[in-house]
This record gives sequence, structure tokens and C-alpha cells, in this order.
Amino acid sequence: MHMIWKLLVFVLFIWVIVGAWLFEPPMMGVEGPEVYRIFYFHVPVALVTFFAYGLAMYNGLMYLNNRRLEYDSRSALAAALGTIFCALATLSGSVFAKFAWGSFWNWDPRETSIVVLLLVYLAYFALRSAVIDAERKAALSAVYSILGFISAVFTIFIWPRLTPGLHPGAPGDSSGRFISMSTTATIVFIPSLLAFIILFVWMYLLSVRINRLEQDRAERET
Amino acid sequence: MRRSSSTWPTRSLAVLAKDIKSELRTRYAVGAIVMFAAVTVVAVGFSLGGIALDTNLQAIMLWLSIYFASAAGLGQGFIKEEEAKTSLSLRIYAPSGAVYNGKLLFNLIILTGLGLLIVPLFALLIGLNVVSYSLFLTILTAGLIGLACTTTLIAAIVARAAVKGTLFTVLAFPIILPLLILAVKGTQKAMSAGARFSDGLGELQGLSSYSVVMLIAGMLLFDYVWND
Amino acid sequence: MRLVIDRVSKSFRSRNVFRDISAEVRNGQVLGIIGPNGSGKSTLIKITASLMRASQGKVEFEIDGKIINGPDIRPYIGMVSPDLFLYDELTAFENAVFFARMSGLRLSDTRGLFDEFGLSGREHDLVRSYSSGMKQRLKLLIAAQRNPALMLLDEPSNNLDDAGKALVRKLIDGRQGITVMASNDKSEVQDAAVIIDLAHPLPGGSR
Repeated sequence: MHMIWKLLVFVLFIWVIVGAWLFEPPMMGVEGPEVYRIFYFHVPVALVTFFAYGLAMYNGLMYLNNRRLEYDSRSALAAALGTIFCALATLSGSVFAKFAWGSFWNWDPRETSIVVLLLVYLAYFALRSAVIDAERKAALSAVYSILGFISAVFTIFIWPRLTPGLHPGAPGDSSGRFISMSTTATIVFIPSLLAFIILFVWMYLLSVRINRLEQDRAERET
Repeated sequence: MRRSSSTWPTRSLAVLAKDIKSELRTRYAVGAIVMFAAVTVVAVGFSLGGIALDTNLQAIMLWLSIYFASAAGLGQGFIKEEEAKTSLSLRIYAPSGAVYNGKLLFNLIILTGLGLLIVPLFALLIGLNVVSYSLFLTILTAGLIGLACTTTLIAAIVARAAVKGTLFTVLAFPIILPLLILAVKGTQKAMSAGARFSDGLGELQGLSSYSVVMLIAGMLLFDYVWND
Repeated sequence: MRLVIDRVSKSFRSRNVFRDISAEVRNGQVLGIIGPNGSGKSTLIKITASLMRASQGKVEFEIDGKIINGPDIRPYIGMVSPDLFLYDELTAFENAVFFARMSGLRLSDTRGLFDEFGLSGREHDLVRSYSSGMKQRLKLLIAAQRNPALMLLDEPSNNLDDAGKALVRKLIDGRQGITVMASNDKSEVQDAAVIIDLAHPLPGGSR
């Protein structure tokens, strides 16, 4: 990755960290507005989780299309990184839930959809470890990642419509609205989202490179 | 070459007929499902020890019993072909579409049987306070059809894995979850006071669209699972 | 009609089974594959049937001016192999009828075959009760009833008595289309137009 991106990530994160703690909290007129500062970190991480999963599925489709095992390892790497982000999103969400809604877990629609995604990720790796043949593993996990994606998308769109949610912006939520985010919130949130996406892409490209080097070495040794 | 005009609806039915004949002789799937259904419902009944469940919990327990009982048997259709190594013959001689459809239909029949067994058993031992029977039965049917549509492809995936064990339950759960949630919600609505059929239209819509999406995904993706 | 095996290699992980195998046969010809146990005869047959992927190279089948590769080749294939299994819990007749239906054949074609393959009188027994030689005959019957353009025979004389071996001979001689036959026994493939000998691995063969 080019130096400019690395610098950009550095600057963005400094800005986000400073802004997140010093500017006014993103939601006003709610009980304990300070708690909502976690929003600057939680939401971007959650969005990156979905992005990572999309990337894993994209690489799976690429594999099914041209049968190059390289895409399968990319798919697995994206999923592995996605799992880390997914765990972080779940954790930060539940910390927030404790202080805003009173308990660590509320079965709020969006909480549930992130758990579905976490389960899909775990099942994906369970499947990978259950198949020995490399090509079959690649094909089966690519197919499964597509099914998992359909399920996750469905949970995100269907479940929230059926249950009144606690999440800001969900029906049934009486506190601040997601859309009516203040301008100060936007100037922190957007950079934060950018920073997390760039960070993820950086981690992803690095792991792809490490993986390729390891494979080259393994090939030379045989 | 002689080729009669037999197309794949008839071939799908031939796969189904073959599976039914095998099943009647070996009781491979039915035995497991009946055992699981009975054990689950009885276990729930016993652990309640006569405490009446409220309708919300009834709906949840009903669908959980259905899920676990079906997980015991739905994977078998493909796993049996793979373990008896007949899958290679099928790959050579049968069009993959016919295999997929045949197995899907077989799973539908198994699930219909499961529904006919588990619902009366549940009503008897635990209680089902249904208000709108039309809604309850429609949700039940839609949920079972959806279960067949989603699990057939997963069963095909599991059959191709080296370690099958509990893989079906692990892989199926996150995929089935949206379906279970909708089915539970719909069933709860059918059991709430003053329920009418129209109360559950949203759930029915969700169930049927999820089933259709999964059915199409299954047809498109099956070749990748089957041929490798 | 033409079957082209074009520089096909197969390796499992880092073990090379065979490398750069090429051959071409036309309508009416037999392709023989010989080699000792473990030399990859079955693997090459499976790659031809697209039941396994080649690590390198490709197999092409040309019929009526169309070139067919990948799993699309399967409708043209009849296969007999120790790795191919029939339904134990069905009778021989039910097996034959099922596979006939899958190939889009009419039932009347199936009935006479049991006589021809020496299984008459036992056609309504479960395959489970069959001896290994009878199972082999049933596999030959099922492959033959399809009258396939491409017949793949992997050790077709396995478990067969002399009459059974004569049956295999007759089946191959009376066929139109291409026959691929793998065998341990060189005399079995002496009439083959082309022979692939996997016994002589190429330089650097297995690592």
C-alpha cells in the first residue's frame, strides 16, 4: 500500500480520537449523551464487518468463476479479518447496550443481525476445517459464503421491521434519530468510517501478501 | 443414441421414487427424525413437569423442536449417497438438476411427515393454544417448505465434507435463523387473543420470499457443490 | 467422434501421480491404459469422466462437431469402475430401471439385457445379496444399456468368471463409439488402437 494511504489513516485516526472525545456527543437530548460517543467506533467497525464479509463472498464467487485457489485464500483471509471486526462490533455494541439500555444483551434487531453474521463466520470456518481437499474446500466454502450473505442481509432487513428496536433510528426508538445526526457528529463519523475501511484494506492486503510469500516458500521447499 | 423425450420433471420424480423406496426399506432418515421429534417433545414436556407455557414460549419451543428433529434427518438424503458411494453413479448417469429436485421433494415429504407427527404430539404433551387455525397451519406449511428449500443445499455441502458429524446443525443454523424467527413470530400471532389470518401476512410474505430466494440460490449453486 | 487427452497431469498435494499424458482416439477405437497398481489408471479414467479435476491439461470430447468438456461430458458416458457403487437396498432390476430413467431410456430396452448379461432369474433380488461378480455384471449392464458414445471401463474383468470375461470382450467388440479401458493385464488391451502406459513415469516423475 502506498505511503500516502498510511499517512492518511494515521491523520484520520488522530482526528477521530480527538473529535470523538472533545466535540459534543453525537446524540443530544438523550439520557446520558456521553455514552453515545462509542458510536464513532462501534458503527464503523460494524459496517466494516459487513464489508469484509462481502469481500469474502466476492472472492468466493471469483473462485467459482475461474478456479484459481488464490481467490479462495483471499476469501478465507477476508473472512478471518471480518471475524475480528465482527467480534469487536459485538463487544463494543454490548458495552454500549449495558450503559444506554441497561443490559449487555437485548436482542435488539441489529444486535441480532451482527450475531447472525458472527455465527455465519464461525460456521464458515467450521466448514473449512471439515474439508480436506483444497479445491473442494474452496468451492464448498464459496457456496456457503453466498448462503450466509443472503441470511445476513435478510436478518438485517426483515427482523428490524418486525420488532421495535432500541437502536437509534429503528422504529420504536424514541431517542435521537440516526438521520438527524449533528454536523459535528458527521465530521467525526465520516472520517472514522474512512479510517476503519482503509485500515481494514491495509490489513487485508498485508495478509494476502504474507500468504503469497508463505506459499512461494512452501513451493520452493518441495 | 436412443433418447426418449423424458425430461427432467420425470427424472426428478424418479430420483424421489428411488429415495422413497430406499427409505421404506432402510428407515435411514425417518427413524432418526421420529426418535428426535419424540425425544425432544417428551423432554420438553417432562422438564416443564405440568407447568403451562404461555403461548409465546409454546411457539418458540415448537419451532426449536422442529428444527432439531429435522436436523437429525434432512442431511441424510445426500450423506447416504456419499457414504454408500452411490453418488459417483448418480453423477455419471443422472442430471444434477434432477438429483437436486428429487432430494428437495424427498425432504419436503419428510418434513410434512414431521409436521404431522410433532404438532399433535406437542399439542398433547405441552399444549398449543391456537386461536387462528388458518394462520397457524399456513405458517406451519410455509415454514416447513422454507426449511426444505434452505436445508437441501446445506445437506449437499455437508455430504461433501470429510468430517460430517454435527456439521449440518452448525452450518444450517445461521442460514435457517431468519426463517425460524419469522415462523416463531407468525405462530405467536396465530396464538394471540383475537388473532385473525391477516395478522400474519407480513411473516408469510417474509417466509415465502426467503424460501424463493433460497430455492433459486440452491438451484444455481448446486452444480458447484455436486460436481467437484 | 474424437476423444483428446491433452497433456494431462495430476498431483495430490505434492505427490505427482502422472505428468503430461496425451492421447487421441476416434470413433470405433479402443484406448488402453495400463500400469501397475497405484500408477493412476483410475485417476485418469475419473479425470476423463470429469469426476476429478486435472492439475494441468484438459480432456476434450468431440461429437457431431461439438466440443464437450467438463461435466457436460457425463451424459455421453457409460462407466464401470470399482469406485462406482449401486443401490444395495434396491433390486438389480430397480437399479437398472432407475439408471435407465436417468438416461432417458425406455423400460422395454432394459428387460432383455438381464438375459444377455447372465443375470436372468436373479433380477428381482436385492443387490445386497449379489456376489461381487454379479455386481460387476450388473454394472456392465447398466453402462451398456445407455449405449454410450464413450465407454469408460476401469478393470472391467474384476471378479468375473470366464463367461463374464467373454461378455466384456463381446461388449467392447460389438460397440460403436469410443472405449477407454484400464487394466492390469496387458493381454486385455492388446487390440487397443492407442495405449497409455503409466508404468514409465516421465523424468522427475514422482517426487
